Amino acid sequence: MPSLAPRFLETNRPGRLRPFKLALGVASLGACVFSPWASTARAQLPAPTPHRVYVSSEKDNLIQVFDPQGLRLSAIDVCMRPRHMMFSRDHRQIYVSCGDSNQMGVVDVASAKMTGTVALGESPEIFDLSPDGKVAFVSLEDENVMAAYDLQSRARLFEVKTGGEPEGIFVMPDGKQAYVTSEVANVVHLIDIAQRKVVKNIRVGTRPRRFVLAADGKELWVSNELGASVSILSTQDHTVKHTLAFKVRGLRASDITPVGMALSPDGKTVWVALGRANHVAEVDRASRQVRNTILVGKRAWGLAAHPDGKTVYVANGLSDNMTLIDTAAGKAVRTVAAGRVPHSVLVQP
Amino acid sequence: MNGLRARPGRWMGAAALVAGGWLASSWPVPARAAPATVVTVAVISQPDDARYAPRRLEQAYPGHPHGRPLAAARMAAEEAGVELEVLGLRLKVIEFSMVDAPALPAALAQLKAAGVRHVLADLPGPALQQLVQLAPAALGGAMVFNVGLEDDALRGDQCAAHLLHTLPSAQMRSDALAQYLAARNWRKLLLLQGAEPQDALQAQALMRSAQRYGLKLVQTRLFKLGTEPRERDLASTRLLTGDREHEVVAVVDSVGEFARTLPYATQWPRPVVGSSGLVALGWHSHWERNGGPQLSRRFYKLAGRPMQAHDWAAWAAVKAVAAVLADDPKAPVAQQLKRLRGGSVYIDGAKGPRLSFRPWDGQLRQPMFLATGDGVVGLAPLEGVLHPTEVLDTLGVDEKESACKQRL
Repeated sequence: MPSLAPRFLETNRPGRLRPFKLALGVASLGACVFSPWASTARAQLPAPTPHRVYVSSEKDNLIQVFDPQGLRLSAIDVCMRPRHMMFSRDHRQIYVSCGDSNQMGVVDVASAKMTGTVALGESPEIFDLSPDGKVAFVSLEDENVMAAYDLQSRARLFEVKTGGEPEGIFVMPDGKQAYVTSEVANVVHLIDIAQRKVVKNIRVGTRPRRFVLAADGKELWVSNELGASVSILSTQDHTVKHTLAFKVRGLRASDITPVGMALSPDGKTVWVALGRANHVAEVDRASRQVRNTILVGKRAWGLAAHPDGKTVYVANGLSDNMTLIDTAAGKAVRTVAAGRVPHSVLVQP
Repeated sequence: MNGLRARPGRWMGAAALVAGGWLASSWPVPARAAPATVVTVAVISQPDDARYAPRRLEQAYPGHPHGRPLAAARMAAEEAGVELEVLGLRLKVIEFSMVDAPALPAALAQLKAAGVRHVLADLPGPALQQLVQLAPAALGGAMVFNVGLEDDALRGDQCAAHLLHTLPSAQMRSDALAQYLAARNWRKLLLLQGAEPQDALQAQALMRSAQRYGLKLVQTRLFKLGTEPRERDLASTRLLTGDREHEVVAVVDSVGEFARTLPYATQWPRPVVGSSGLVALGWHSHWERNGGPQLSRRFYKLAGRPMQAHDWAAWAAVKAVAAVLADDPKAPVAQQLKRLRGGSVYIDGAKGPRLSFRPWDGQLRQPMFLATGDGVVGLAPLEGVLHPTEVLDTLGVDEKESACKQRL
């Protein structure tokens, strides 16, 4: 998409074109008090529409926008190979990491436009934000580092060397520590953010991928893609307390490749996408028992729960669609086209 | 490529050691870590190995090595650094070049002095066999990885309990191809075969695959390179492919020169498979899933050329050493072999599923790529191919067919 490049350059200059673009977005919505002169635009961004579902599709360079029932509404042009996404703290912006153009795209949710980018290192994949939302911690697969970026000044603040192919990143709610998986080294690094260094390497299963924090912050779940398991770490002493191996009737262990995970809003269920098994596991958080496995599309990875807890959205990377799971019924209710290689799902409360 | 090539002129003695370990200090570990126990892996090669002759490397035939595999072995050791450091271990890869087969006993003595038990053999057949014979006694227990030869016999009646293979066998390659053709219902094959002994072995493998997957060899013809008018029916791609019954031309050419001239040069519009056209490979640098791009990029940065199957095999062998060490850091080599050949130690080969060794012949199970000059068009085992226990065992010699008697 060469035509996008000039626009990136313009919008990268802070404060010049952004007010104009925002004004247009606001005009089309019709209402909202807005000051085009404010230099910190974020606080003045119009409120986003609630209950929108956003899906990054890696090969379309788009974020697809759906309503909660899975009806596709529109698409947002973003940077090349969009993967992981997160909302800003006020939910008015989406940050999206772009693996091929080595950028963080900043999307204004209300106007559905990418308004700027932050240049990142080689092949960014998963990231997390500091508790104040100002710093992004990004895993750079090809540089084998976790790098920290100031999202306002766009400066690379520091980096911490990791094992090969760092992937999942999780910053603890107090902002003092971060966990990073290394897919190649089969470890989770515990990083002290103030000291900017690895303070502990925790061996987990083969090819560890993503994290989800559970049990009121006491447990950190780590998916092991080639271990067909989840390692449950204690955030108190940073040791593996339990390994939960997945079994799916009729499938061999080698076909079960867990990657994406999501916690239900009530904290009682962890949803684990089982990759090539084409199933999602519904795991009881407390007893660590699999309650149900639900057939979805091919190579289910990214997934997210609706804040009302009634629906789980699953991105199926190899069948280019998204499956909606009715959590009460424990069944897939709909599968909708979601662009080429859907990666992650984000749901606006 | 230059940095990896043999430098025969510089070899003074029978053998020489080139240190190639990685510095522990470059690893992200807590500063208080205790000094690591070093496990040394030797990559043994011959400087005058014909497969690495400069003119041959220039040709870069598909399925042939495109350079020495040392860089890939070192890359795997580097990748394992963090995981092993946690366990107080460090992998070091050394290059060991052996002028000729008679130099082997002296070479082994040097390896023993360096504490080597894990050997990657990138050697021609006779030298490999000699190494396999002498290594266990000479090194006080040894594990040998064949990373360069696809001969089925090495996995069959010439197998050894301490010999493992990470490069796919000829049978695995032809099975992958046969699965692909069967899945498309392209079943009638014209087989063109060269005069090299390797060609006969590859043709045998292809015939077994054809039988296994219901392909029909409608005709087999020998080809011969040349321009002599009286032998033109052996050399002309059009005359060799003139009959009409076949749907696909399968070419078995271990040299590669003839096969290269065949696609788009047949009498009838027929696809070419085997040694050119559609080729079954253990790695392809354009594989875009399962972390493939990251692996290929890392290798390219290190070696300055695209990664291919022989590099992957060396990388996978060191990964296997790392995996078995991580599994039980204190196990002696005999125990490690048992674990690897027991099929319970898995490695991540960036090809999708976790990979393990077959207990019956020491071959690493793995998916195979079906590739054209341009990229990957298929992945074997093909979808829909079934096996009672492990679908990867539909590629290559399965337990009941194996002629290997030296099992653990």
